[in-house]
Amino acid sequence: MSILRLCTWLEGTQVAGAIRESTWLFPTIETIHVLSIVLVVGSIAMFDLRLLGLASRDRSVSEVYDDVMPWTCVSFVCAVIAGGLLFSSSATKYYANVPFRLKMLTLLLAGINTAYFELWTRRGIAAWDRAADTPRAAKLAGGISLVLWIVVVACGRWIGFTK
Amino acid sequence: MYYSRRNPWAGGPRVIQAFCDWLSNTPVSLKIQTVLWIIPAVQTIHILSVSFVMASMAMLDLRLMGIAGKRQAVSSMVERFVPWVWRVLLILIATGAILIVGEPGRELLNWAFRTKMAMVATVSLITLFVQNRNTRDAAFWETHRIAAAMVGAVSLLLWVAIVTAGRWIAYV
Repeated sequence: MSILRLCTWLEGTQVAGAIRESTWLFPTIETIHVLSIVLVVGSIAMFDLRLLGLASRDRSVSEVYDDVMPWTCVSFVCAVIAGGLLFSSSATKYYANVPFRLKMLTLLLAGINTAYFELWTRRGIAAWDRAADTPRAAKLAGGISLVLWIVVVACGRWIGFTK
Repeated sequence: MYYSRRNPWAGGPRVIQAFCDWLSNTPVSLKIQTVLWIIPAVQTIHILSVSFVMASMAMLDLRLMGIAGKRQAVSSMVERFVPWVWRVLLILIATGAILIVGEPGRELLNWAFRTKMAMVATVSLITLFVQNRNTRDAAFWETHRIAAAMVGAVSLLLWVAIVTAGRWIAYV
């Protein structure tokens, strides 16, 4: 089954129809989506700035990580659920939408960057946990993450102007 | 203009409507309206700034409410986050001003926008109060637990309402 067929089916579900037809459901779910994204980006930015050695230099990287991760994870899950519902309401249109595709690609890249950091870079953290000046791999992870998430937000806004 | 659901000039006193008419015809406003990327770019900066403020204030408010982040002292959180909130608030005001100049009626004649501004003013006063008490007595918010919880709860609710109102400008 092609993705386009999947989108068509998704659009035809009752939930999708309800969101499309209601005057307030879409704006409400969108608001939850925006609130979730705001918390994801804000919390990740805090950690990225620590990795870059630009903020919270008096606290260890692990401390900032432990403070920030629950926020990032929970809000990301909320963002995905809300986003999925929004997507379903006009799945075929969004699927064909250029900024939407760019947003999904950027999210994938952000995921890869995060996975690389988790699986590799974080291993040696004991050596630079308390250092204000973190190793290059950590700085790269933080810098790339910041840029990618800014692009995600920009694409998200762009969708609203082209849909 | 881009996606308002109804006539953006429809709601508000005549003097504000007249002001919006005049402003929307100035060269700078027309520039913002016609150059395609300005409004989305400025809105993106606005959203990123809100992200920064919201994330730090949500953490601070939940700490005041005693729900999260208990490892950190309230005082150190206030000292770390609040000065940055004021700086980023300047960016929010600047980007907001550009958006208003570009589409005056969309904001100034919109009750969601006006409500949002009232809430921003209120939460700013609350944040100032939190900062002020902390400066005078670093242990204030640790010792006055109930006041801290109430202030934290009201502040958090206001921030959520502000973001919500901001999104609903496009729909009312």
